[in-house]
Amino acid sequence: MADDILRAQLPNGLTVQLKEIHTAPLISHWVWYRVGSRYEQNGKRGISHWVEHMQFKGTPRFPAGVPDKAIARTGGTWNAFTHMDWTTYFETLPADHLSLALEIESDRMVNSLFDPKEVEAERTVILSELAGNLNEPLFLLSDAVQKASFEQHPYRNEVIGTPEDLQNIRRDDLFEYYRHYYHPANALVAIAGDFDAGQILRQIEDRYGAIPPGKPAQNPTTPEPPVAEERHLAVSGPGETVYLQIAYRSPAAADADFFSMTVLDSLLAGPTSLNMFGGGGISNKTSRLYRALVENEWAVGISGGMQATFDPFLYDLTITLRPDRNPDEVLAVVDDEIKRLQDAPVSEQEIQRAIKQARAMFAYGSENITNQAFWLGFAEMFADYGWFSGYLTRLAEVTPADVQRAAQRWLPSNQRVVGVYYPLNGGPGA
Amino acid sequence: MKRRNSQSLHALPGADDIQRVELENGITLLMRCNPFSPSVVISGYLPAGSQYDPPEKLGLAYLTALGLTRGTQRRNFQQIFDTLETAGASLGFAGSVHTVSFGGRCLVEDLPMLLELLSEVLSQPTFPPDQVERLRVQHLTGLAIRAQDTAEMASLVFDEILFNNHPYGKPEDGYPESIQNIRREDLLDFHQRYYSPAGMVLAVVGGIEPAKVLDWVNHHLGWWQTPTVPPAVVYPPLKPPAQDIRRHVSIDGKSQCDLVVGTFGPRRTDPDFFPAIIGNNILGQLGMMGRIGEIIREQYGLAYYAAANLVASTAAGSWEVSAGVDPQNLQRVIDLIRDEIACFTHQPVSEEELADSKANLIGRLPLALESNSGVAGALLNIERYGLGLDYYRRYPSIIENVSRDEVLETARRYLNGSGMVIVSAGPDGSAET
Repeated sequence: MADDILRAQLPNGLTVQLKEIHTAPLISHWVWYRVGSRYEQNGKRGISHWVEHMQFKGTPRFPAGVPDKAIARTGGTWNAFTHMDWTTYFETLPADHLSLALEIESDRMVNSLFDPKEVEAERTVILSELAGNLNEPLFLLSDAVQKASFEQHPYRNEVIGTPEDLQNIRRDDLFEYYRHYYHPANALVAIAGDFDAGQILRQIEDRYGAIPPGKPAQNPTTPEPPVAEERHLAVSGPGETVYLQIAYRSPAAADADFFSMTVLDSLLAGPTSLNMFGGGGISNKTSRLYRALVENEWAVGISGGMQATFDPFLYDLTITLRPDRNPDEVLAVVDDEIKRLQDAPVSEQEIQRAIKQARAMFAYGSENITNQAFWLGFAEMFADYGWFSGYLTRLAEVTPADVQRAAQRWLPSNQRVVGVYYPLNGGPGA
Repeated sequence: MKRRNSQSLHALPGADDIQRVELENGITLLMRCNPFSPSVVISGYLPAGSQYDPPEKLGLAYLTALGLTRGTQRRNFQQIFDTLETAGASLGFAGSVHTVSFGGRCLVEDLPMLLELLSEVLSQPTFPPDQVERLRVQHLTGLAIRAQDTAEMASLVFDEILFNNHPYGKPEDGYPESIQNIRREDLLDFHQRYYSPAGMVLAVVGGIEPAKVLDWVNHHLGWWQTPTVPPAVVYPPLKPPAQDIRRHVSIDGKSQCDLVVGTFGPRRTDPDFFPAIIGNNILGQLGMMGRIGEIIREQYGLAYYAAANLVASTAAGSWEVSAGVDPQNLQRVIDLIRDEIACFTHQPVSEEELADSKANLIGRLPLALESNSGVAGALLNIERYGLGLDYYRRYPSIIENVSRDEVLETARRYLNGSGMVIVSAGPDGSAET
């Protein structure tokens, strides 16, 4: 899956990765910036995401609403995402409209207006987005667990920010942040689809080549070790359902243990898909935790997983309890299953199964041009494209001893955070 | 890699590359080969939906569908999912008013396994008692979560009011009380009465030749025979609300309200469906959620999302505007939506809006149909509504032929002249009625 990539770097520092795929008359154009909530300071939590919103609010050449209409006319789609480590913007369009994506993205890399009126309107939109998140019990629980899992590292903060900071951030804060991080040397353009790579590279040079380089963003963080001792916390809110979340420090994506943990996760909680668009996942009903918790009637559902991140983040397990069950008893069942992984190597057969599952999910994801273009840039934000292209090979190299060692190293019970959501309308903690 | 045979590869599905076969037992099989894909999607439905639910056992069709994979005469629950998950494959069922639908995917090499499993769970489910009870608890937990979900509750109550006494007004997944009334014997009985190859539709799309698919489908599903013929259902007449009906669902402790405002819309097969989708696109979809998004999100910053939707089904349809808003802004947003709808029903859309909407609806087809699952969905759409195998090739001209006057007439027909159902769900705040 790694082949046929055209890689280039323009003199202004812009990295370009192109992949021709001629199975559908579509292109997907992505611009990635090395900025996200990991780069934010106290008092400015949520600024990366707000800047992302402002990137849709117009430039002198493309006033607000104009690109929306231009893209809609093609039948294409566009959107953006802000993560802890990165911010990315994409357009998926009929192939003959690729130049529109190049024009819009090269323009808003440096020419966004940040009109004060638009800034104020967007403040309430984002507060509304946050209010929607706060409606969700699992958002409230994850937020508390994340905060308890880090003392200093900005991974403790939600990307969307805090209500206080969202009230206080000013237009000039946003604009300064934008100017600091949005420039070619801190960006990567990734395009996949039905085009001629050589031709498109020339168009990229035309559109992006004249933009002044700026300085690449410095890594703002140092990895934070796991919590020094086990922490328990409780959150309460509306509802009738009890949720249990257990979070361990996870390896950074570039750490060799990331692949051992990926296999471990597949066995323990079910496989996690790298597909951001389409493809779907695979159920987890034969995972060890599903069998132990759901089949034995402790829980009605479980999920687990970790993200590919620049610094060590979290491997978490989220369990929806049966109404008649106690979180402490459920935690003991989870501990038994983790102890099994720590005490004895898994079978080679189980590892082969995890690899087949990963292979299948890659096949499903490859049907979708948007997904393929996403993959092209994604891994560059914490490693390089080789991380992605070698993903299946690296998984295949994982041994039973690796999984056992990973369980011992990354899942110690004295270095985790255990959070419980107690519903105010029912359940054992009410 | 430098292959650029776009024209032949990129054609929209049509009569020359969709294979449609009716099996002797009544199954309709639709196939399309995607030679670039290493995987296959299967998708389909049977006419065994919640319209057959007894009122006191609402959710029966839904639970029956979910119970199919809980055990068969040959395999228990763990064996079924071990077979699927070991192959990295998936198979799932869902219930709706008219049908129970299913979907699955696998690598090409595993298609015989997936079809064998599909056949087994459809024809020989055993609904093991312990699994049925587990499923019930899981489902009741799901309903408890639904009761706290402001968007789901606003939508559910909107349907209850608009489609009063009609199957569309009853949630397919039931209510906690009705789920408690359902016994294992009910599932067995429902399966026996309504599951049948007659009326079943199966679409198979992916990197495999239709001839092979047909062989395997014949092998695994061709033998299935039942005496069952699901009876026709007579739907009660629906009357648009004479005046506004306002309801607030109180869910304490939430930060935001979800809002649905709407009334009836066209059925999928009505001639004014096409003017309606063009108009709806302008009203609340195009670009950043159309006119509704422009006024509520872009101009006033009152909501993160605010959009219009057409839900056009077989027996009826609805035309809805929904938004997530601060409780204090609820009435203001309702007023703004009413104003936009009034404007939409009083003045024709502009030539530019019409052209943009048409270009968008036509231009989005390649994106909608790039994946195996997108094509499988399109094939089912063709079959469900009798659109004809060349529908997606005719679609651009159908859209192009719609005029501004037709859009206005359609908007007036549905959105002007009667009341609206207005439902909010969330904290009480200033949700005055």
